[in-house]
Amino acid sequence: MTTMELPRPRTVRLGIWPGIFALIFAAFLYATFMRFTKGLGATTNLSDAFPWGIWIGFDILCGVGLAAGAFTLMATVHLFHIEKFKPIVRPTLLTGYLGYLLVCVGLMYDLGQPWRIWHALIYWNEHSVMFEVAWCVMLYTTVLTLEFSHIVFERLNWKWALNIMHALNTPLVILGVLLSTLHQSSLGTMYLIVPEKLHALWYTPALPLLFYISAIGAGLGMVILESHLSGRALGHELEMNLLEPLGRVMIVVLAIFGVLRLDLLWHAGALPLAFQPVYEGRMFLAEFVIGVLAPILLLSWPRVRRSPVGLVIGATCAVLGFMLYRLNVSITGIERASGTHYVPSWMEMTVSVGLMAIGVAVFGLAVRYLPIFPASKHGSHARGA
Amino acid sequence: MSHALLLDTTLCTGCGACTAACKEQNALPLEIEGRNTAYTWCTVEKRGSTFVRRMCMHCESPTCQSVCPVGAMKKSPEGPVLYDPKKCIGCRYCIQACPFDVPKYQWDRNVPVVAKCVMCQPRLAKGEATACASVCPTGAIRFGDREDLVREAKERIAATPGRYVDHIYGLHEAGGTSVLMLSSVPFGQLGLRTNLPDEPLGKLTWRVLSRVPDIVLMGGTLLYGIYWITKRREHVRRIEGGEGHES
Repeated sequence: MTTMELPRPRTVRLGIWPGIFALIFAAFLYATFMRFTKGLGATTNLSDAFPWGIWIGFDILCGVGLAAGAFTLMATVHLFHIEKFKPIVRPTLLTGYLGYLLVCVGLMYDLGQPWRIWHALIYWNEHSVMFEVAWCVMLYTTVLTLEFSHIVFERLNWKWALNIMHALNTPLVILGVLLSTLHQSSLGTMYLIVPEKLHALWYTPALPLLFYISAIGAGLGMVILESHLSGRALGHELEMNLLEPLGRVMIVVLAIFGVLRLDLLWHAGALPLAFQPVYEGRMFLAEFVIGVLAPILLLSWPRVRRSPVGLVIGATCAVLGFMLYRLNVSITGIERASGTHYVPSWMEMTVSVGLMAIGVAVFGLAVRYLPIFPASKHGSHARGA
Repeated sequence: MSHALLLDTTLCTGCGACTAACKEQNALPLEIEGRNTAYTWCTVEKRGSTFVRRMCMHCESPTCQSVCPVGAMKKSPEGPVLYDPKKCIGCRYCIQACPFDVPKYQWDRNVPVVAKCVMCQPRLAKGEATACASVCPTGAIRFGDREDLVREAKERIAATPGRYVDHIYGLHEAGGTSVLMLSSVPFGQLGLRTNLPDEPLGKLTWRVLSRVPDIVLMGGTLLYGIYWITKRREHVRRIEGGEGHES
């Protein structure tokens, strides 16, 4: 339990990043002020024809999906007992926890009356997918808080609290996996109710399954990316002996997703739409090539998968393709039926980018002050290519 | 008794009396916006040579009621689909999901609510017809019991062959609506969706949602089982191989 120690304080070369961050943060504060004083109409390009934009499509749908690594790895290590992945559980848990906190904050921007969010606690509608998602996200964020508190208690050296957490561990992890399974898929279920609006390249009764599988793939991609980024920031190298197997698992997950996706389109007779020279066809191809074909091809090549750069590029493709998939479902696929073309306003984009920047900054602080990464760095077998 | 409206587009002359009466009845700002907004709950659109009225269809099984996380939308037994602004959190799922693009949002306000036609519910309570039906000079808007109006619509179609397309829009669309429409041109040409299933859209999500208890029970059992077995295996491996051996 106490193999984790704080990494030695290091001088980190930050370069121009603090300046860029300050600029983003200033714009973010301005957009926040405008959003909560002037309302949604004055700050967003949303309308009655297009009521959900990137705050739903990116902040919520992508945010929740990219945080899926937490439940996947918690299950792998604590339920399936594949314990060699233990060293990367904590950074993944941190990413997941920050992800969900940011989703909750992002939701505050999108809701018309965010101060009423607690209404979901007392006014129930069990027929509403949104109601189920709200409860799952609320409960899962609580689970993540408890799981993460373990790390804080360890830092504070509160033995009694650690003992309680130890006893709660297994039920919490099982609860976390169940809640994640439910709401990751339910984000897809939300779009089952618009068969007349969502383009045939994205509408399928299996949307919940596709959302679930793609979230697992993207969550694993994020584990690789965040290990890479924090490794660079903290000056240690990628744990290739752990991440390379994750790359292999990603191939399988992406392949299942890709085959299922094409199979469903084939059965629905929608596959030819992918090759029509129209906006939707191009966006589908971009999503499928970047998010499925490219990472599978790259990572299947052992030389690429075993090199840190190759692995990171493969994971980046998978994550970007995943984002395209979510944005295509929530925006591209809806546009034609809505009769409008939606482009987010600069303030919408600023809020989304600002929230991400805050997430990265808090991640950087957390790994410095909490026992997230194992202290001693065995020089890893990564370099040779 | 479930109240309903029968809109006969072949009789509508586009005079706009219904829009004006609606604004007055519901105390909405009087300027005419030309399209439905949170402040204009019904309009008459010209499509080709036909005038078609756009308003809440008051579904029999409303999609908005199905999607609302806080239950702010509710179909009343008397016919209207009513909205409770005190519950609404502003997620706008109703606007996104409505197959008839009806609910509108107060985008210009900092404390916005959703707004839409309420079928003049206060008038219904007094036993009166809706404001729009009571002012329509041509009889293009008929107010009455849904079953009676369906019968009347069928009679109108049968009485003058060739005058109407043989379809009552709203009889089955998305599970049926309390606003029924007749037309001489295909409904797709009137800007109405013709790709709607006959079953309520809420069934599409409920099919998945109703499985939640099963997923929790079966998933929980499966996960605990895997935990139990792999823990045992790890335990045995440790005893046999000695501690601390990482492969």
